[in-house]
Amino acid sequence: MRALLDTAGHWVYWGIIILMMTGLYVVIARDNLVKKIMGLNLLQSSAILLYIAMGKVAGGTAPVLIEGRDDVVYSNPLPHVLMLTAIVVGVATTALALALVVRIQQEYGTVEEDEIGALELRRDVAEDSVIEESAAEEAAL
Amino acid sequence: MSDSLTWSDHLPVLQVVLPLLSAPLCLLVRRHPWTRAFALLVVWGSFGIAVTLLRRVLATGPISYHLGGWAPPLGIEYRVTVITGFVLVVVSLIAAVVLLCDSRAAATRLALERRYLYYAAYLLAVAGLLGMTITGDVFNVFVFLEISSLASYSLISMGRSSRSLMAAYSYLVMGTIGATFVLLGIGMLYSMTGTLNMADLAVLLRPQLGSRTVSVGFAFLIVGLSVKLAVFPLHQWLPNAYTYAPAKVSAFLAGTATKVSYYVLLRVIFTIFGVGFVFEASRLHLALLPLSILAMFGGSIAAIYQADLGRLLAYSSIAQVGYMTLGLSLHNADGLTGGIVHLFNHGVTKSGLFLAVACLGYRLGHVRVERLAGLGRQMPWSCGALVVGGLSLIGVPGTAGFVSKWYLVLGALERGWVWVAFLILLSSLLAVVYVWRLVEIVYFRAPMPGTPLGEAPLSMLVPTWILIGATLVFGLWTGPTAGVARRAAAELLGALP
Repeated sequence: MRALLDTAGHWVYWGIIILMMTGLYVVIARDNLVKKIMGLNLLQSSAILLYIAMGKVAGGTAPVLIEGRDDVVYSNPLPHVLMLTAIVVGVATTALALALVVRIQQEYGTVEEDEIGALELRRDVAEDSVIEESAAEEAAL
Repeated sequence: MSDSLTWSDHLPVLQVVLPLLSAPLCLLVRRHPWTRAFALLVVWGSFGIAVTLLRRVLATGPISYHLGGWAPPLGIEYRVTVITGFVLVVVSLIAAVVLLCDSRAAATRLALERRYLYYAAYLLAVAGLLGMTITGDVFNVFVFLEISSLASYSLISMGRSSRSLMAAYSYLVMGTIGATFVLLGIGMLYSMTGTLNMADLAVLLRPQLGSRTVSVGFAFLIVGLSVKLAVFPLHQWLPNAYTYAPAKVSAFLAGTATKVSYYVLLRVIFTIFGVGFVFEASRLHLALLPLSILAMFGGSIAAIYQADLGRLLAYSSIAQVGYMTLGLSLHNADGLTGGIVHLFNHGVTKSGLFLAVACLGYRLGHVRVERLAGLGRQMPWSCGALVVGGLSLIGVPGTAGFVSKWYLVLGALERGWVWVAFLILLSSLLAVVYVWRLVEIVYFRAPMPGTPLGEAPLSMLVPTWILIGATLVFGLWTGPTAGVARRAAAELLGALP
């Protein structure tokens, strides 16, 4: 039973690694800005799960002190509390990223990274020609 | 804490709490000129606290402050050592001087009546950076890292060009991956030791340094911090972020954000893991040294070819980060002194240069290098600042940049790596190329025809020249910079056997 629990414990870490890699892959491989944020969320969740998993003590109960009993095993509450902060950070990051995506959508009319890149390129060329024209006008004066 | 503590005993926590609590107050003040005055007051107050702390540390040794009176390792500890005080002063000085710069220079899309948001984010960024510096608790480092990062993403997105949005988004993605790596690294260390206090971690980790979990945690921390520090292959977020951010934000971030990450990296390496593990067992310098040299050359070469002045300076920042990590990978007293003193020298130089860019951009509306032709006569003070700052980037004797390179070369020679010393000089020649290109265009070309431009307003020139003047002053008077950096390096190297 104990050995089985140990193996099961390690399966948690394998799950975390898979989740983390999935997140990283989505961030790298997707052009859609919203999907990238989802990838980031997966990555952050994997870190959160790592802490949650390490705070769990085998056979431990919730860390609420039971008076008069010293044979009770408690789970470690500290990593769980730390993750409250990490979750808040994750929410703040997601909110800010989504706000940026909304502004990007208003500005470019798309949330696909490659389309934005193409738009930027066109704007650059247009901008350069405007500057050159104004330089030419100034030179003519 | 007991009642016997006076205000001055609480300075370490006030250093962080003052800007942190003032940020939401900015939202209450709201009216334009008042928020700026309020923010200025707070930032200069922080600077005063930082100077007081550094002086006290230099006089009486490290300060340990226990938050809420809970003794470490259970409670959170704020620890001020020589290097902490030094970085606190650098960060708050640059933040204060940059904020002094006229608000017209901000070059932001924000309307004047919504400018209070800018000051709130600015104060949050300052609080995060100061918190990362002063705390002695690794999880606190992560929290403050995210506070400063989130504030700087929103600051960058306020830039005038719509491109600042994509720049902020890419930085957010890279920065969050970096911060999550830091979080994972901290988690692995915690799982091996059960503590988050840096000093306690150092003691408890020592018998376990060979374990795989510790090595993996170490790797996560180094890579995560390297993203924030913009170490060579992880630097892609930096050029766009610095180019499209509002000019004042570029000036502030270029001088502080990467510098604080460098400091945290030093704390992780020297305070937590120790020289023995990092350089003798893990041989970090074998990876860091080539990457630093690649950054020195790659950054400078890229800078030569940039058409935009802001982007030129951003690429030069990547090269300068290379010098700092080079000092770290030398891991001897001189090399480390060079790295730490470069933290100050480059911070002041690059912030001053970005403020000069703000002056030029304020008159021109853009900062295309080719279009700066002949401006030397029309805007002598702005262009003068650009040249003096450029000389400091090269490392000409008499400027601050020379002092750091001098120590780096000494450190390389002491290791017996003559070729590294040679490469430092060679890469400085590349800086000569891009600085000379600016000088040639600004002073030796016929001015562009068109309306003659005036000099930037005094309220922008004065802060620019405070920083640029500092590069000259501290190029000659090296006591407060190199002297303190030397003590800081000795302290780091002696902290653990």
